[in-house]
This record gives sequence, structure tokens and C-alpha cells, in this order.
Amino acid sequence: MITAIAIMALGAIVLGAALGYASIKFKVEGDPLVEKIEAILPQTQCGQCGYPGCRPYAEAINKGEADINLCPPGGMEGVQRLADLLGREVKPLEAEEKPKAVAFIDEQTCIGCTLCIQACPVDAIVGAAKQMHTIIPELCTGCELCVPPCPVECISMEPITENLDNWKWKYPVIEIKRAA
Amino acid sequence: MLQLFKFKGGVKPQTNKTQSLAEPIGVAPLPSRLFVPLHQSIGGTPRPLVEPGERVLKGQLIGAADGWISSAVHASTSGTVRAVAEHIAAHPSGLATLSVEIEPDGLDEWTERTPIDHGAMEPEKVRERLREAGVVGLGGAVFPTHGKLTASKTVPMEELVINGAECEPFITCDDLLMRERAEETIRGVGVFRDLLQPKRVLIGIEDNKPEAVAALQAAVTKLGERFEVIAVPTRYPAGGAKQLIRVLTGKEVPSTKRSTDLGVQCFNVATAYTAWRAVAHGEPVVSRIVTLTGNVERPRNWEALLGTPLSEFVALGAPKADTNGYLMGGPMMGFEMPAMDAPLVKATNCIIAGSPTLFPPKAPEMPCIRCGECAKVCPHELQPFELYWFARAHNFGKTQEYHIFDCIECGCCSFVCPSRIPLVQYFRFAKSEIWAREKEKNAADQAKARFEWKTARDEREKAEKAEKLAKAAAAQAAKKAAEAAAAAAAPAAEASASDTPAAAPAAGSPALDAEAAKKAAIAAAMERARAQREAAAPKNTEQLTPAQQREIADIDARRRIMETQTAFNAEIAETQRTQSDEK
Repeated sequence: MITAIAIMALGAIVLGAALGYASIKFKVEGDPLVEKIEAILPQTQCGQCGYPGCRPYAEAINKGEADINLCPPGGMEGVQRLADLLGREVKPLEAEEKPKAVAFIDEQTCIGCTLCIQACPVDAIVGAAKQMHTIIPELCTGCELCVPPCPVECISMEPITENLDNWKWKYPVIEIKRAA
Repeated sequence: MLQLFKFKGGVKPQTNKTQSLAEPIGVAPLPSRLFVPLHQSIGGTPRPLVEPGERVLKGQLIGAADGWISSAVHASTSGTVRAVAEHIAAHPSGLATLSVEIEPDGLDEWTERTPIDHGAMEPEKVRERLREAGVVGLGGAVFPTHGKLTASKTVPMEELVINGAECEPFITCDDLLMRERAEETIRGVGVFRDLLQPKRVLIGIEDNKPEAVAALQAAVTKLGERFEVIAVPTRYPAGGAKQLIRVLTGKEVPSTKRSTDLGVQCFNVATAYTAWRAVAHGEPVVSRIVTLTGNVERPRNWEALLGTPLSEFVALGAPKADTNGYLMGGPMMGFEMPAMDAPLVKATNCIIAGSPTLFPPKAPEMPCIRCGECAKVCPHELQPFELYWFARAHNFGKTQEYHIFDCIECGCCSFVCPSRIPLVQYFRFAKSEIWAREKEKNAADQAKARFEWKTARDEREKAEKAEKLAKAAAAQAAKKAAEAAAAAAAPAAEASASDTPAAAPAAGSPALDAEAAKKAAIAAAMERARAQREAAAPKNTEQLTPAQQREIADIDARRRIMETQTAFNAEIAETQRTQSDEK
């Protein structure tokens, strides 16, 4: 009887020590799920979800504070992938999905106020005070944050058109012949 | 005799090569217009160097190579540049690309050509010459040739493989090139040999082209070279680079490596020919041999200028009435030309006129029965039926697990599929989706990094500003404390000193001096007031004597009057300005 208790107690101590050691040794810094959620988000940093960037939105999703359908740039595909990751229901997107676009500055109208430069979350606008500004299209994420601050309304969003660089082979579609 | 190896899989479609072999290579007449696309090879898009209205000569540089992996583009004939604008490309998408439109003047006048002696030059200079001459892989992949001519530093160059297999049905342009221009081709191979210094040079030709084998053999003997001309069994796709390397050397290039990692490099025969023209004659690539065959009255090979519109080129062969489309490339890997004014480019080895009898419309696709025929014929030993399944389900991660990027899109699987599934189309779709996602992911990562950097910078700037403000406030406080202390000590001394400047001139008494003395007194008083104002920043005022406090109150009162005055003045100035603005 006493031997049995001793054995069980010994076992408990050994296992407890092992678990305690493991919890210190293999401690995970931060929440790995946030990283995974953030990897799915498109990193436009546009704030259309109501959070100041993709990371805060990922954290809010992780805490259960935010829904998964608040990211318009991510589109329905993003919602789908978030739903798969988190085991939640797929919901229709809150806002309408827009075609991908990049900002364009009409250089004739630009007065060089630098307001758009301050608004750009990814430093994709070059220019200086009282000098013409321009957007580096390769770096622009299409977040539209530079559009409202412009006092002369010289920034427009240009949809990205299909060209030889971004053209994709289409999914093979079988033509269905009409029965006569 | 060299021992040959085998590659797995492959098919034997009807070759259909004899039709276009009856006549020698013809020189295509000058077309009425040329549309030379600037982006004709893999790599950076060349920058246009000409403007509308400019006269150009044949071989004149019109697009400068952009970056090292990029190749120059030249005017195909002499004439006038009509436009530098978007024109439909020889591409399955039917999209436009920046092209130079040239109206030929009929003179076909060459620009100055400077041959070089490649043996006496630095290898680097020879590579540069090939880049400037626009020499690219003419087998179909159009990779800039100079980029492949640097020997690996770590792996010794064992074999140089020259690809004359030409395994696709219908195409005969390399066959006729080897028959008619064997010597120059071999000399071009010599240039590659000199640059790469391989131990052996192997020229592989399918055994259905005995004339080409004989011609090259004769040229090799004549030039006293030690190249081996080898007939390889006819079996599609023996002309794939990895397949030919396997057949000739027995080396199998692993999926993660390139052939250069195994000490093997591979070039097409037509590339060797153009390289020789560029080196020995200073001629850039402005034309190429194109097979015109299929549903035409006169199938033949033509030396056609790059940029010739398809409509003018096919007229040379007189297409039959029931022609319903034109394929660029072979029937296995080619694509339908999007429009009749799409131009011939460096990648155009063959144009096949199609007709309902030649290429009957495909019967509808049936479900996959998993018979495994596709896996048997795949030269890369992939499992097309699995790839098909995952590509169809948009499960791109799985397609990569099944090595979709090893697929060379040779079309063997589609060729044998009893359910007539367009397998290659599914694979192309999956590949371009994966590439697009990869690009998007990279862009997102970059955006994230930039965003984090900007946030960090904003925070740092804020912290720096706060620190600066705190420092300034502290300095101000210290200064004021010091001044207050000085002010406390000063009044007594100042009271005696302040009288002297006014008193001294007054003692002099002449009337003229009195005026000056008054002015001096006023100046001194103002000076004093200024000093006092500066000194009397009201802090540490608790321990002052009543007299000092009175003084401070006086000064403050004076200052207030002055301030109201300046404000008043400013207001007047403001109203005046606005009035003038309104005017």
C-alpha cells in the first residue's frame, strides 16, 4: 500500500518536474496564431478594417474581438483562408471587393505639400516640401490613405490592368455546346 | 561509338516534317511594315532608343539591353520609324507590348558592321558583344545566350551539348540550317567552346535527319574540330535540354539543380549560328529561319525578318481556303497566334496553318479514369493525373509537393490521355497562379517591412522631439534662474551707473550737445529697458524686495502697452494686406 503510494508520488514528482522544465525551456514567445493570421492578411496597412494596421487586426481576430470579414483588400479568398485557419464560418465580406489599384499623382496639379508622404504607411511616395511628389507603383499597396489628405485632389487610384508581366494562364474552361 | 542513354517516357507522334523539306531556305521578301517588339527574350525589357520619324538602318540598335540578363533589339531592315507604341504581341494572351513600327524603304541598307576576333579578346568582351547583338536561345526559350556562357567557378565544365534534335513534329528550321549552313554553325559552336572550355563537345541530332548529321560531320572534319556529331533515337521530347543531356551524357539533372551544376551546358544549333554571325560578321540577330507548314500550298522554310506581321508571312505559303488559325511553335507545345498582325519574333521557329482536317476539334473532356498512361509517358517521371487533380481543385500546395515546377509542358500527357483532358493547360494555370501568389507574398512581406520601419521611425522621431523639448525647457529654466540671480544682485550697481551717462553730457552745457545728450539718454534708457526686460522674466520672484517688485510691475506695464501697440500695428498691416488681396 505504502509502496504503491510512494511509487505514484514519485511518478507525480518526476512528471511534474519534467513538465515544469519543459514549460520554461520551450516557452513560446508571443502568440504563434497571430503570426499565422498576419501572414494571411495582405499587409496593405490601410486600416479599412478599423484597426491601425494589419498586425493590430490580426491581434483583434486572435482575441475574438474582430470578425474575419473586415479586410476588403484580402478579398473573399482571404476570408476563406482565415476561416480555414481559425475554424470559423465563412462570411461574406463587409465592404465590396475592389479591383487592385495603385495610387497615381497628377504631377501637374501637385503643390508639394507632403501631406500624402506623411499619410503613406509604406513610404511609397517620394518628394519634398514645395517639390513635386510621385508614387513608386511597385511599392504602393493601394491602401488609399493618401487620397483624403491631398488638398488639391491630385491623387487618383488607377486599377492595375492586365499586362504581359502579370498575365496568368486561365483555368481550362470546357465549352458547353447548346443542344439544338 | 559513344554509348547512348535513354530517358524515361516520351511519345512518337507523326513527324510531318517531309512537307517543308522539299525546298531550300528561301529569303522572305521585305514586308510593307515591321513591328519589332522590344521585349523578345527573358529578362529586363530593353529601353527604346529611337523616335518616330527617325531613319534607321538594318542592324541598328533600337532597344538597349536593360540589366545583365536582357538582350538588345535591332532594326530588321532600313527604313523609317513610324511609331514606338503598344502592338499586339506574339503571345497566347493577345496582349500588347511596346514595339517599334518600321516602314521599310526597300534598300535593306546595313549599318556599319564590325567583326571581332573572339580568340584575341577577353571572354567578357565576347559575352558583351553577344549581348549587344541580341543573341538569345533560338530553340524556343529565348534565354539570353551570354548569360549561359560563364563557366561555373566551382564545377569544372565537362560537356557542351549542342541541341539539333528538333523533336517537335512539323518543325524543320534547324534541320535545314544544319544542312545548308553547317560550317558556320560549327564555327559558332567553336565560339561557345572557346568561352566555356569544356572537355567534350557533343552535338545531338535525331536520327530522322541523316542529311543534317552528314553535313555537320563533314563540316567538323573540314574545320579540323574534335566535336562529336551523334544521331539520337527519334522520340519526342528528345530535344528537351534535360532529355538530350541525359541521352548524350547519362547525367540526370536533379529538379533543384541546373545542368551547369553537373558541368554541362546546352545550346541550340541556331543559337550557335547567330553567335557566329555576330562575332565574325558583326551582324546582330535581325532575322531567323521560320518553318511555314501545315495547311498551306507551298510549305517551306523562310529566312524572315523579325517583326514581319503574320499575315504577310503566311501569304508566302498560300494558305488553303479552310485554314482556321495559325499555331506558333509545334503542335505539342505551340500556341494559337492571337491575331494576323502579331509579329514574328526570336522565339518563332514555326508557323503551322491549322484546319479542321489537320487538327480536328477536340472531343469534349471526359473524367479522369486514372489509367496512368500520362505517368508512363512523362519524361520527368511526374504523376500528371495527381497534378491534374490538385490543379483542378486549386490545391496549389499539393501540386508543388508533386513537383509541378519540374514539368516542362511538353504535352506528352495530353497527347496520350484517353479522356482528352487538356492536362498541360491545367498545369500552366497552376504554375502561373503559384507564381502570382509568390509575387503577392513577396510584395506583402516588403510592405510589412516598410510599414514596420516607418512606424519605428515615427516613434523614434517622436521620442527625439520630446527629449529635445525637455532639454530646451530645462536649459530655459536654468538660464532664467541664473538671470534672476544676476538681476537680484544688479539693481544697486545699475542705479548708480545709469545716472552717469546722462549726467556727464549735461554738465558740458552747450545747446548742440544737449540734443545729442538727450538722444544718448533715450538710447541708454532703451538699452536699459531691454536689459531689464530680459532680466526680469518673472520667476523666483518670492524673495525680492518690495522696491524690486515695484520695478518689475512698472516694466510689465510698459511692456503690455508696447505689446498692445505692436498687435495693433500688426492688425492694421493685416487689414491692409487683405484689402489689397481683395483688390
